[in-house]
Amino acid sequence: MLNILAQPPTDAIPTPDVAWSGLMPLLILSGGAVLLLTIVSLAKDFIPRWFTPIYTVLIGIATGVAAIPLWLRVTDTPSAADPNNGPFATLDSSFGVDGFSVFFTMLFAAVVVLVALLANDYLRREDIDGPEFYVLMMLSASGGIVMASANDLIVMFLGLEILSIAVYVMAAMHSRRIESQEAGMKYFVLGALSSAVFLYGIALTYGATGSTNLVEIREFLSNVILLNDALLLAGFALLLVGFGFKVAAVPFHSWTPDVYQGAPTPVVGFMASAVKAAAFAGMLRVFWLTFGSYRTDWQPVIYGLAIATLLVGSFVAIVQTDVKRMLAYSSISHAGYLLVGVQAATNEGTATVLFYLAAYAFMVIGSFTVITLATGPGDAKTSLTDIAGLARTRPVLGIALTVFLLGQAGVPFTSGFFAKFYVISAAADANSYGLAIVAMLAAVVAAFLYLRIMMAIWLDGDEVADPTELAAAKAGIPVPWGAAVVLVVTVGFTLVFGLWPEPMIEMARDAVPALAIG
Amino acid sequence: MSEFLRSYLTVAIFGATGCLLVGAFVGLSALVRPTRPQAQKYLTYESGVDPVGTGWSQSNIRYYVFALLFVMFDVEAVFIFPWATRLEAYGYFGLVEMAIFIFILALGLFYAWRKGVLRWV
Repeated sequence: MLNILAQPPTDAIPTPDVAWSGLMPLLILSGGAVLLLTIVSLAKDFIPRWFTPIYTVLIGIATGVAAIPLWLRVTDTPSAADPNNGPFATLDSSFGVDGFSVFFTMLFAAVVVLVALLANDYLRREDIDGPEFYVLMMLSASGGIVMASANDLIVMFLGLEILSIAVYVMAAMHSRRIESQEAGMKYFVLGALSSAVFLYGIALTYGATGSTNLVEIREFLSNVILLNDALLLAGFALLLVGFGFKVAAVPFHSWTPDVYQGAPTPVVGFMASAVKAAAFAGMLRVFWLTFGSYRTDWQPVIYGLAIATLLVGSFVAIVQTDVKRMLAYSSISHAGYLLVGVQAATNEGTATVLFYLAAYAFMVIGSFTVITLATGPGDAKTSLTDIAGLARTRPVLGIALTVFLLGQAGVPFTSGFFAKFYVISAAADANSYGLAIVAMLAAVVAAFLYLRIMMAIWLDGDEVADPTELAAAKAGIPVPWGAAVVLVVTVGFTLVFGLWPEPMIEMARDAVPALAIG
Repeated sequence: MSEFLRSYLTVAIFGATGCLLVGAFVGLSALVRPTRPQAQKYLTYESGVDPVGTGWSQSNIRYYVFALLFVMFDVEAVFIFPWATRLEAYGYFGLVEMAIFIFILALGLFYAWRKGVLRWV
C-alpha cells in the first residue's frame, strides 16, 4: 500500500496548506476537550474531582494566551521586517484569521473559564458531576471559534453544528429534572429545524453565486450584476432565519424562555454569552462582510427584526414572574440592541457589536452565577418570590446582582451603558434615527424589568426575614470559591469598563473583520 | 425563466413520468388480475415470519446504546468508502487525515466502553 502512496499519482488532488499557528487556539481548545475525555476514561478511578474544572480553566487560559500572538500579528500592518503581518487565511481560504476572529476566540476562552468555575460547584450540588459538561462546553466553544473564523459557508455550517449539538446535550444535562429534559428536547427540535433552514440558505446562495467561499461570493457580488436576484435574496432570507434563531431574534425567539427556564443555570449563562456571540459573529461575517454590496436589500429586514426584537423583548419581560424567564426576555431585547449595531452596516457598527457582546457576556454570566447560588439545590426555585429579600439574607449576592442588573439596564458607570450608547450612536451615524429612538425607548421599558428584580431582592421578603433565620442564612451559606472568582471578575469587568471603556472599544475597533485569501 | 430554474423542468418531467408509469401499471394489473381476498394476505410482511403484537410495541431502552454506537460506525463508513476509492489521489495527507478521524471516533468508543455501556445489565 505504501508503494501506491509513494508513486506520484497522475490525478493527485492538491491538498491545502495549513498555517498551524493560525489554528493554534482552536486546536488547543478542541484537542483539550478530546484529551480530557480520554484521560477521564483511562483513569476514572484515580482522578480527583477537582481535576476536571481546573483542567478546563487551564485549557481556557491556554486558548486565550495562544490567541495573543495572533492578535498582535493580525492587527499589525505588514512591514518590511514582518511581511506576514495582517489578516490571513488558511486551509484553501476557508478559515480566516483576522482581528475579528481572534477577538471572538479570546471572548470564548474567557467564557469557558468563567462557566467552568461556576459549574464546578453547581454540578456537585445537583449531583450530576462528571467530565461530560466540561468536555461539551469546550467543544461547543471551539465550534464558536470556527464560526467566527469561517471564510466559507460550509465551514460556517460546520461551526454552527459543533456549537449547537453540544449545547443541546448540555441543556438536557440535569437528567433528573423533567424541565431540563423538556428544554433540551425543544432546543434540539427547533435548533435542528433552523440548521436545516440555514443549510437551505447556503444551497440557494451557492446556486446564485456559484461558490460557497465568502471571498469568491463577495467578488462575484461586487463584479456581476444579477438580472434576476430572487434566488440570492431567498438565500439571504434563509441564512438570516438560521442566525436569527440562534441569537433569539423575534420572531424566531419562542424557544428562548422555555429553554432558559428549564436548562441548568450555568448552561444558560453559556448559551446567553457564547452561543449568542458566535451567532452574531457568523451574521457579521456573512452579511456585513460578504453581502456588503447588497446591504440595501438586507438592512431593512434587520431593521424590522431589530424593532420587533426590542419591543417584544422589553414589553413581554414585564409580565413575567420567573427570574430565569425574565432574563430570557432580557436576552432577547439585548439581541435587539445587537441587531441595531449590525443594521448600521459600518465598521463602527461592527466594533460596537463586539463591545456589546463582550460587555454582555460578562454581565450575563455574572447574573446567572448569582441566580445559581441564590436559587439553591434543585435548580427549580427561580420565581421572583423565591429570591425576595436576597440582598438582606446574602448581601454579597444581592449587591453583585444589582451591579449586573444596572449594567443590563444601561445605567452609567457600568459597561452596559457604553454598550448601549455605542450601538445607538452607530445607528444614528448610519442615519437610522427611527431605530435609534425605538432602541432608547425600549431601554426605558426594559429598565422597569430590572428595577422589579432589584425591588424584590432589596425591599420584599419582610415576612421571611425572621432575625434568627437571617443570621443563620448569613453565616450558613458561604459562596463557593469558583463562583466567588466569577463574581469578582464579572463585577470588576462591568465596573472597570463602565468607568474607562477606551481599552475595550479600541480593541473592538482593531478587531475589524477581513476576508483574506490564503 | 433563468437557465438555472429551467433545468428543474427536467426534474418535473422525470417526476411526472414516474407517477404516470406507476399509475399505469398498477391500474392495468388491477383490471386484469383476479380478486380473492383472504385474511393472511392483509397481514404485515415481516421477513416471512408471522407478525407478533402491534406496530407500537415498546422496545427495550437498552437498545438505544446500540443505536448510538451504530451511528458512530455508520458515519465512519460514509467517509471511509469514498476515501478508500481515491486513496492514491490523496496521498499521505489523506492517509494521516483518515487516521486522525478514525482515532477520534475510536476515542468515542473507548469512552463508551469505560463508561460501561457495552455491558448488558
